[in-house]
Amino acid sequence: MDYEFHWNVVFQNIPQLLNGAFVTLHVSVLAMLLGVVIAILLAIAKMNNSKPFCYVATVWVEIARNTPALFQIYMAYFGLGAFGIHLSPYLAVLCALVFINAGYLTETFRGGFQSIPSTQYSASKSLGMTSIQTYRYIILPQMLRRIYHPMTNQFVWSILMSSLGILVGMSELSGTTQRLQSLSFRTLEFFIVAAVMYFVITKLVLFGSSLLARRLFKGEI
Amino acid sequence: MISVQNVHKSFGDLEVLKGVSLDVKKGEVVSVIGGSGSGKSTLLYCINAIESINKGKILVDDVDVHAKETNKDKLRQKLGMVFQQWNSFPHMTVLENAALAPQIVKKMSKDEAIEIAKKELEHVGLGDKFDVYPTKMSGGQQQRLAIARALAMKPDYMLLDEVTSALDPELVGEVLDTLRLLAEEGMTMICVTHEMGFARDVSDRVAYFHQGVIAEIGEARQVITDPQNPLTQKFLSKVR
Repeated sequence: MDYEFHWNVVFQNIPQLLNGAFVTLHVSVLAMLLGVVIAILLAIAKMNNSKPFCYVATVWVEIARNTPALFQIYMAYFGLGAFGIHLSPYLAVLCALVFINAGYLTETFRGGFQSIPSTQYSASKSLGMTSIQTYRYIILPQMLRRIYHPMTNQFVWSILMSSLGILVGMSELSGTTQRLQSLSFRTLEFFIVAAVMYFVITKLVLFGSSLLARRLFKGEI
Repeated sequence: MISVQNVHKSFGDLEVLKGVSLDVKKGEVVSVIGGSGSGKSTLLYCINAIESINKGKILVDDVDVHAKETNKDKLRQKLGMVFQQWNSFPHMTVLENAALAPQIVKKMSKDEAIEIAKKELEHVGLGDKFDVYPTKMSGGQQQRLAIARALAMKPDYMLLDEVTSALDPELVGEVLDTLRLLAEEGMTMICVTHEMGFARDVSDRVAYFHQGVIAEIGEARQVITDPQNPLTQKFLSKVR
């Protein structure tokens, strides 16, 4: 146990690490936004029972939820590459994360939607509300509350999982850390600092999310 | 006037209503009693078009409820409905619950809607609960909220579907008192109920449902205290 810590080289490279962290956040936010949009469409397809759409959605969800994220990223980078579709590391990771996010969130949305009792529809109807008004004022606000925390979890998950970008040479936080440590041989120091950065990012996301939840959702559910 | 004419309604192979006819005049209170599965609640759902019908006709103020060209959303504004499970909107305060429909359905200004909502909430004794969320209230209070929410739309008729059945016994009284108040004020009501005392004292007429048809209908006190049909006699002897 005669490892000597040398932090100086790490501190000199903080700006680069922060750049990497920015890319991490960037790719996760984008993956989340696109994932949500696709998940809404997939959830509708799954609930509509219109055969071809439902089939596509089911296959999507099953693959996304039952294969490793690592495999998705490899497929996006090397797999598509074999067919002549060459994605940049950033795009490959983005595609994989969107694919997985959409798969998980589809089930979250579907569950949230089905958890609203049908009596809420009858009550709204009986007051003379149109279908659109019922969704806008009664169903969606309640659904949003129920899926909010699972969505936050999914976001944190994709921040952490984007670290797999390291495997296809992406310069997000892990990739940057990997490159810097191989130049300086200060492996432990760099990875400790990177871990702290991940921790801070996800904690900030969770904190922000609970602040927002308190503003958005006043009543209990 | 609500006029139910020879209505049939099936759920799949199960025929729930087998030719029901019933006229309810303005200002009248009609209670519907009967065993579970006899079709009482289904009738209410058919009257305000939450459920479709297979045969027959239902007219509300001479408008055919189930006709294709009828605007059902508009029609339902006339028909206030209160459910067994109160169905308050849990993400809104009591006041928001009552003010929502006047504002978005009747397109009143927010101030107007709130004023009406406050009035109706006070009417049912919830004047001190405006900013409370419904899930914090008792079943009886939530049920009174549901009544106020329906009243805020200024309906011409109230359809009440076993509104006290899901309540703890000690909370039944406060809801029945509210309904009594409405009856005294002249509200036209169809009450599906298991409260025989309420049916006898508050309603003008009582209809006894048995297996999808009205087995007996008549003046309230007479049907409850001196039923003519042996089926009604049997039913009443069991619930007493």
